[in-house]
Amino acid sequence: MEAYPLTRTRTFAHPYIPNTVPEVQAEMLKEIGLDSVDQLHDAIPESLKLNRDMKLPPAMTEHELRRHIDALLAKNKHGGAYLNFLGAGCWQHFVPAVCDEINQRSEFVTAYAGEPYEDHGRFQALFEYQSLIAELVDMDVVNVPTFDWAQAASTAIRMAGRITGRRTALLPKSADPDKIMIIRNYCTPVMELRLVEIDSATGRIDLDDLRAKLDADTAAVYFENPGYLGIIEDQGSAISALAHEAGAVSIVGVDPISLGVLQPPGGYGADIVCGDLQPLGMHMNYGGGQAGFIATRDEETYVMEYPSRLFGIVPTEVEGEYGFGDVAYERTSFALREKGKESVGTQTALWGITAGVYLSLMGPYGMQELGGTIMQKSQYAAKKLAAIPGVGLRFPGTAFFKEFVVDFNGTGLKVAEINRRLAEAGIFGGKDLSGGFPEWGQCALYCVTEIHSKADLDRLAEAIAKIVAKP
Amino acid sequence: MKRIRRDHQVRRFHQAKWDEPVIFELHRPGERGVIPPGSEESLAAEVGDGTGRIPDSMRRSELPKLPEIGQAKVLRHYLRLSQETLGSDLNVEIGQGTCTMKYIPRINEMLIRTPHLTELHPLQDEESVQGMLEIFHRTDLAMREISGMDAFSFQSSSGTQALLAMASIVRAYHESRGEGDTRDEIITTIFSHPSQAATAAVKGYKIITLHPDEDGFPDLEKLKKAVSPRTAGFVVANPEDTGIYNPRIREFTDVVHAAGGVCYYDQANANGLLGITRAKEAGFDMCFFNLHKTFAAPHMCGGPATGALGVAEPFKRFLPGPVVDLENGRYVLKGQEDGSIGKVRSFHGVAQTVLRAYAWIMSLGPDGLRDVARIAVLNNNYLYHKILKIRGASAPYIRGRRLEQVRYSWKQLTDETGVTTEDITRRMCDFGLHYWTSHHPYIVPQPFTLEPTESYSKEDLDEYIRALEHISNEAYSNPEAVKTAPHNSTVHRNDESSLDDPKQWCITWRAYLKKAQEN
Repeated sequence: MEAYPLTRTRTFAHPYIPNTVPEVQAEMLKEIGLDSVDQLHDAIPESLKLNRDMKLPPAMTEHELRRHIDALLAKNKHGGAYLNFLGAGCWQHFVPAVCDEINQRSEFVTAYAGEPYEDHGRFQALFEYQSLIAELVDMDVVNVPTFDWAQAASTAIRMAGRITGRRTALLPKSADPDKIMIIRNYCTPVMELRLVEIDSATGRIDLDDLRAKLDADTAAVYFENPGYLGIIEDQGSAISALAHEAGAVSIVGVDPISLGVLQPPGGYGADIVCGDLQPLGMHMNYGGGQAGFIATRDEETYVMEYPSRLFGIVPTEVEGEYGFGDVAYERTSFALREKGKESVGTQTALWGITAGVYLSLMGPYGMQELGGTIMQKSQYAAKKLAAIPGVGLRFPGTAFFKEFVVDFNGTGLKVAEINRRLAEAGIFGGKDLSGGFPEWGQCALYCVTEIHSKADLDRLAEAIAKIVAKP
Repeated sequence: MKRIRRDHQVRRFHQAKWDEPVIFELHRPGERGVIPPGSEESLAAEVGDGTGRIPDSMRRSELPKLPEIGQAKVLRHYLRLSQETLGSDLNVEIGQGTCTMKYIPRINEMLIRTPHLTELHPLQDEESVQGMLEIFHRTDLAMREISGMDAFSFQSSSGTQALLAMASIVRAYHESRGEGDTRDEIITTIFSHPSQAATAAVKGYKIITLHPDEDGFPDLEKLKKAVSPRTAGFVVANPEDTGIYNPRIREFTDVVHAAGGVCYYDQANANGLLGITRAKEAGFDMCFFNLHKTFAAPHMCGGPATGALGVAEPFKRFLPGPVVDLENGRYVLKGQEDGSIGKVRSFHGVAQTVLRAYAWIMSLGPDGLRDVARIAVLNNNYLYHKILKIRGASAPYIRGRRLEQVRYSWKQLTDETGVTTEDITRRMCDFGLHYWTSHHPYIVPQPFTLEPTESYSKEDLDEYIRALEHISNEAYSNPEAVKTAPHNSTVHRNDESSLDDPKQWCITWRAYLKKAQEN
């Protein structure tokens, strides 16, 4: 090798593109019999070529990029520095450091579609994820994660449609309006959604209305525990029984972090359980941490209707080894295109692995303690807020988990105004429900989790008391 | 000292083999992995045991049978599983055609891990997330320039979900014109990704699949016969999964438009086109980019990802919302307009991935992006040239007109030696390389699909080629060595007989414990 001359600086190759080295390009072009890189795109007609430079900013070095992005992101105010009471489908929970360590691992971050023999660890980690969720929800089959809870609910409803040969699904009016929008889009035109009334005093499902709407075309009754508004729906057995009497499938959506203390849905008749994994070890990520799961009993009728991949454990040809592979792969659209069950592609597998790490760390007692802590803290917050003159709870007699509806109608102020002033005090107030549930006037959905200390909750109550105090 | 000889032709490799138990077998009653935050005594004193308010019918009666494991054991277990996983950071991952495996810049992975992103709640007030919204908007502007489209939504968290969103827009568009019931067919091609057909079927469409002509091009005459007043849309990848670019694409979109259909473009294979040609000029109404493919966000074992969805002006009002806009110097979230398909995913999509893509675009600039396309195509044609010299390998259809990937065939090798492409998949693992066959159905017999991208050096490509040559030689001289592979993997060949049998499949550990019998 020659010694390097002192003055020469090489600037040909982009750090991410090694073959931008001119000598290498020349060698490769010669090998394939071309004179210039411009000939590489001969397959594209001139009339379709851009033939000008794209109007984009010039390239940055790594250092410039870091400064640029850091400056942009510094404009954000975040839940690490602010007291945050926003939930409504994305929740700020404690994330154990080991969860971050594992989901940052280069091997998992950059793996994709490898085979069981080079990605044995990925297959095992996803099988374990399925198995850990199965214990939490008390079912024998769990899929590789879907995009999010809304997707999981959508697919559960379409599975029910295929199983029953029917076309309508019933959902409570208290469900997240955005989630209903996603489900409606996914189900149209194959399934039709109909909304069931809720009891205006308790927020629970109106059983009479449910009974009236069940008919011979009902494929599924979908409800949630805890619901979007935090309500613990304790009529699950009755709802499932009504669904089953009508020949429909009972589907329950759950926040899995409640299952250390709440009854798993199979205990009150659910045939399909679904929900979001984000609470189990994922940061909020501006909504980028969502991932859905679906669980059922181990029955062929149900298993064969999953569109997703399902990893199973098998022996290998050598005694003493665990192997893992795809169960009933021929169900999927990978194998059958439009004749497969719905469609499958990239989903949210890394969050599944992370949720598995979370449940392994927490164990049964961790999940039980956590559920109890969330209930204590959210009840404390609700009590403190309800004690403020003009402020009340929308469903004061109903048990809730983590989230609850605060009624500000008596304050004469709009939620938007209260939240604006809370922000000035370094607090993100609860989600404004006046758009999605206008019949309730000025109500907000507050979310309290294990991360909030008593002092945090007292600070919230004091700030609101000050904002709503009449002069 | 003695010179150390390193002249072996293929890499000597052995995958990590930890013989790791399933996590439930690490259970030791009483151990703990982490202690979550608890309640202060004074708080507890005021509300009591919080679970006291759970209605009796809703109280969990038996704890979940999760394992109890100390933290170090959990960490060790998952680190071992990570070592038994061959991510693209660790191998010359040109064997996963159609997925554009490329270098994942480390700086981007560091940038997304700041609390200024990880701790953002998606429902925060716009004023508190100006930085994040600016990144969405800047990425939107870059995507518009790269594609020629007029607006982008980042809500879809994969290419499949973007295809679903586009099929939904096709339906909404025709419904808005009173033709929702009459236009019920979507046309696609057999060498487009299976999700194109599957997502259109999810939206209730009848699928018409075009097969290629003898050179491998989508057949224009067949398209002309397929269009009718029932045509709702046409969805196609170009280049298709064969790496063949259809130069007559503008005629295709013109034919579909003349019949009243909407043309939407699967740009999962866009890596060889950046700065060279665009969706707009080819006549498409909509397109998407996989940020986890073309724009160097990682694949993360299968997501979360992003399918950035772009539309031409007349289709803007159908986009799933909210989308980011700039008004009077402030970034705002615009909700769905009347006629929008609503939403396809919760909140705004996968923000981390949008940031990664933005960082990558800024790292390359316009010249760098064009270099990506050029070098990806150079690498592919170099690989193509060399693979065709390997005994038993071929590439069906036209010669000399491939872009970023090629679908090859081992038909001759299989006919002459009995070694199949599946056997080669397992044997490639022995050299620390990933190799993928292709999507079903296997229109190309004994297929394999390679996409080298711009990330790999000539030496990397040569290593991959040498491994394939080595296996071809083995197939002709000692086929059993290939058929019995893998030899250097974490595990040996699976006994797959139970995977399709409802009585035997075990999708969870608890199902395994119920179904597994003593021999």
